[in-house]
Amino acid sequence: MKLKKNIAISETGFIFDPTTGDSFTLNPTGLELLGMLRHEKSFDEISSAFTTKYDVDATSFERYYVDFLATLKMMQLVEDNE
Amino acid sequence: MAVSGLNNIDSPGPGIPVIRGIRDSGLFEPRIVGLAYENLEPGAYMHHLVDKSYKVPYPLDGVDALMERIRYINGIEKIDVLIPNFDAELYAFMKSEALMKSMGISTFLPTLKQFEERHKANLPEFGEKYKVTVPFSKPIASLAELDSLKGDVDFPYVVKGKFYDAYIAHDKEEARMYFHRIAAKWGLPVVIQEFIRGTEVNVVALGDGRGSTVGAVPMRKQYITDKGKAWGGITLDDQKMLDLTHRIIGETEWRGGMELELIKTPKNELYLIEINPRLPAWVYLAVGAGQNLPEALVRLALGEKVEKFSGYELGKMFIRYSYDMICDIKEFEKLSTLGEL
Repeated sequence: MKLKKNIAISETGFIFDPTTGDSFTLNPTGLELLGMLRHEKSFDEISSAFTTKYDVDATSFERYYVDFLATLKMMQLVEDNE
Repeated sequence: MAVSGLNNIDSPGPGIPVIRGIRDSGLFEPRIVGLAYENLEPGAYMHHLVDKSYKVPYPLDGVDALMERIRYINGIEKIDVLIPNFDAELYAFMKSEALMKSMGISTFLPTLKQFEERHKANLPEFGEKYKVTVPFSKPIASLAELDSLKGDVDFPYVVKGKFYDAYIAHDKEEARMYFHRIAAKWGLPVVIQEFIRGTEVNVVALGDGRGSTVGAVPMRKQYITDKGKAWGGITLDDQKMLDLTHRIIGETEWRGGMELELIKTPKNELYLIEINPRLPAWVYLAVGAGQNLPEALVRLALGEKVEKFSGYELGKMFIRYSYDMICDIKEFEKLSTLGEL
């Protein structure tokens, strides 16, 4: 899944999509995950980083991860062909 | 410079934002003459923006009455450029372009052909001619015609006035009610338009009359008032909207300001629902984003060569607010009795 190239991500967690004019706010964990997606990290890399850093097992993380990606898609923050 | 549309109210006219753009320009030292139809148009009392205001007769009173008044005002003010900002008055000013030119007054308006063919009632033909996706639209002149629409368009649909106003009708009773309400206010025909689900987006643009787009800024209304007007809006990065604007201006050789009203569907299709033949009330967002379209419009009217704008700031927002001016009754008295303030 590729994030739209033109979305602006601020370090405060404020996300702005200039194509739709929509803006969103992410908490620090969401911001961290979005940063990894933007750098095109694989699921395994992301899962490993999160399960090491936070108190979450791999199965639960995968569920949160899939939810997060579905939300990004619903908010039109990923490229059209994804 | 004479400017109309001073009704800076909850459903604002474009006059004040146009004046702000002109005043922001460093190119002019303008004396702004306001043309007001009503005694309570706020712009007439905004002396920091409008130097002098004159009442003018409504378009219904006829072109001759309007031109007689313009001749009088011009005798005092020596108007260089006149910018009308109401759809309903444009016809009279377009018809009088040559006459005003002979008085030394320049305008930069669409041609009558351009004005007529983009009418709401002519939208299907416009869409077909210029290969633009438009919703089903039909002008209706009677209740019998409204009732005979069955099958052409499903509920909900939009009931629109020929100049202003639009309501979403969910059933026959609502459609009849809105038909009467709009016909009483704006006359016939009333336009029935297919309701397209999606996000309302708009473009403000300026055509040079030779097929080039001098400037264009796309915007999404972030919040819409109960009158359907933007409370806030934000500039967008949408090449598809810009391409559509360039194509419409290119093929129609549009002359003057315009606003495209579009619906963007969840599948990212763009439906053109209306073309307003003038700069819109939110034009100051374009000024704030780097395209002073009112300044460019004045320069085009003066016959100057105007370079195309190369871009605009993304994510620039406007937030509309209301503000209570305190005025003396003497000012109101002056405008209502003498027709000048």
